[in-house]
Amino acid sequence: MEFAFTDEQKMIQDTAESFLAEVSTSEAIRKAMASEEGYDTELWQTVCTDLYWQAIHIPEQYGGMGLGYVELVAMLEQMGRFLFCSPFYSTVCLATNALLVAGTDEQKEKYLPRICEGMTATLAFTGEQAGKRGGDWSADSVQATVAKDGDSFVLNGTLRYVPDGLTSDLLIIAARTEGSIGKDGISLFTVPADHTGITRNLLPTMDQTRKQGEVILENVTLPSAALMGEEGKGWKPLAKVIDLATIALAAEQMGGAQQIMDITVEYTKERVQFNRTIASFQSIKHKAADMMTRVEVARSAVYYAACVAQEALAAELGVDSDNGFSTELSEAASVAKSYCSDTYFANAGDGLQMHGGVGFTWEYDVHLYFKRAKASEHFLGNGAYHRERIAQIILD
Amino acid sequence: MKLSFSPEDERFREEVAQWLNDNLTGEFEKVRFRGGPGDEHMFQEERHAWEKKLAEGGWTCIGWPTEFGGRASSIEQQVIFNEEYARAGGPGRVGHIGEGLAGPTIIAFGSQEQKEKYLPGIVNGTELWCQGYSEPGAGSDLANVKTKARFDEEKGKWVINGQKVWTSLAHESDFCFVIARTDPDSVAHKGLGFFLVKMDQPGVEVRPIEQITGTSEFNEVFFDDAECDANDIVGEPGDGWKVAMGLLGFERGVSTLGQQMQFQNELNEVVRIAKENGAAQDPVIRQRIAQSHAELKIMRYNSMRMLSGQSGSDGSLQKEALIYKLFWATWHRSLGELAMDVMGPESQILDPGQYELNRLQSMYLFTRSDTIYGGTNQIQRNIIAERGLGMPKEPKITAKT
Repeated sequence: MEFAFTDEQKMIQDTAESFLAEVSTSEAIRKAMASEEGYDTELWQTVCTDLYWQAIHIPEQYGGMGLGYVELVAMLEQMGRFLFCSPFYSTVCLATNALLVAGTDEQKEKYLPRICEGMTATLAFTGEQAGKRGGDWSADSVQATVAKDGDSFVLNGTLRYVPDGLTSDLLIIAARTEGSIGKDGISLFTVPADHTGITRNLLPTMDQTRKQGEVILENVTLPSAALMGEEGKGWKPLAKVIDLATIALAAEQMGGAQQIMDITVEYTKERVQFNRTIASFQSIKHKAADMMTRVEVARSAVYYAACVAQEALAAELGVDSDNGFSTELSEAASVAKSYCSDTYFANAGDGLQMHGGVGFTWEYDVHLYFKRAKASEHFLGNGAYHRERIAQIILD
Repeated sequence: MKLSFSPEDERFREEVAQWLNDNLTGEFEKVRFRGGPGDEHMFQEERHAWEKKLAEGGWTCIGWPTEFGGRASSIEQQVIFNEEYARAGGPGRVGHIGEGLAGPTIIAFGSQEQKEKYLPGIVNGTELWCQGYSEPGAGSDLANVKTKARFDEEKGKWVINGQKVWTSLAHESDFCFVIARTDPDSVAHKGLGFFLVKMDQPGVEVRPIEQITGTSEFNEVFFDDAECDANDIVGEPGDGWKVAMGLLGFERGVSTLGQQMQFQNELNEVVRIAKENGAAQDPVIRQRIAQSHAELKIMRYNSMRMLSGQSGSDGSLQKEALIYKLFWATWHRSLGELAMDVMGPESQILDPGQYELNRLQSMYLFTRSDTIYGGTNQIQRNIIAERGLGMPKEPKITAKT
């Protein structure tokens, strides 16, 4: 059985780990948090030029490394561990996936090589509906509108919760034909962020390690070449992109859950009370054991989902490596995201508690994980949202 | 990293499924899906006959080396066998303690004479084994063994006195492997011996334990001057703990996917009832069923990780294996609760007769033992924290003698 990393995959993981341990220190994270971009632009350039991470799963014909989702997930796990502040998630997991799944050949040829060169990009698909009912990331959350004007498309509306929405060079935008509802009438567009009619605002966030933006569209007029795929038939590919991005986020969450556990366990081995390290108390050990159990289960969930994503994406790109799992993509995404969301938050919460008073301070890094855990939980649907999706598959 | 088995293994899967399909018929039809955990007291005679049938087909002890009557099947094929066995509704194996525990221990630590004497009976399904570890005072504290073995020079035999508890299948077993103290002055894991004891003798008495389910699968076993041949100690006196711990290392997780197939059958039953009685429309029940489904799915891939990983040369468990017992036991217990909550007040009504529990009622009660036997959840957490995270052991309180 080969449900384990290959040597090459292990190497990718190790490289990411040692690089990020060096550059994404507590000090570096805090500096990035305070900046307007939310990340160190020089460091990002270094990553793009020297490590070429942004090109990891872009096919070689577009100048990418042509690796798969398992390799991508191995890297994301480390980024989650070290709270790496960068436009990697928005560019690679949102926009690149959108281009790969929904883009026309011309769009792929135009934009994928630019992403390989370091252009940033993101996906903006949700209106304020995403913030309703505790988080609604279904087709109903697509609320920006599109109208036809001759050969052109005119977009209007406000998009919220857009990762790196303020800084991305390219926007992939979802909009619906006026009057359409649900999964019908949705179209996807590639839009340069500096296009006339676009206003972008920063949404100040509790978690400062990943910036979110608001994108306001006022009669943004696009040529037909900006349309991705078929007009009005955008939900199917978009749903796939969201599932892929959801699995990527789950990998980050698992890495974060691992790290907050490691930090916490180290702390309990040093902290002495009643003449013993607090790590020697069963009340602490049992909490730590539960943290490890959750992390390992989360890891199994993420690796499973990554393999499914790998097959689904390969099928999308016309590469034949499908063993029949690609149809499980949306279930796998919900399995991974529901478990990893709850795991990360539970571990961050327990980690804070086990730190005692210092866990409540700004100085210790615990709060960074605690906040990131909640932010990630609520992006692309929390545990309850994804469990309901699973329930629909097995109960309805 | 791959989700699937090799084409060769898939062909093996078809072979197993075909054989089971052809043979789980006629007189064996009624034992399908019976005799598993919580149901082990049922159809014992028929299941013993089935064990021999399996042996005829060459489907017992498939992971054992061929020189001892096995097939030397790979881990993957053992997993597949277990999975297909469960899928087909193969009954709870009466020979599993012999095949999974006694046999591998004898192969690893036993003498040539012991191998010749005991292994064939396990392979051909004729001789059944039970396990004599736990005692009234040795539960989680397994090394606190009080049962004593003394060598009687006159008889030339070991003489055993003491009591074991939670011994499943004891009343129909031919042999029991027993840990007993060979050095009366020793404490904890020192001074123990590992004995192969014949059950059918005047010095051995079996008393069933009536469980929470009203049934009796477990027993107490009393040793009152029970005798054991001089050649039937495995290893030397004093080696007992080493042998017993070695035995725990034989579990490589090959049975986990089969066990999960049973879990899936139970969950399917819960889903069926929920759809039928409308519980499937309740948002809270929907959340719980979805969670149960998701975690069972993950459990499968956690097992795949366990089976794909390199086994530590020192026998140490990988992290995904360390957490496995705590995870599945807790999951299964929650499924029992979910089953009751899906059935609502109807869950409390039994079939007419002598405390006749249906399958899910029985599962609900029986799963309370999952988080206790084989290392309680509390013990599991200690093990995870100490071995997985390197946290310190509890300070020892030394008993004054």
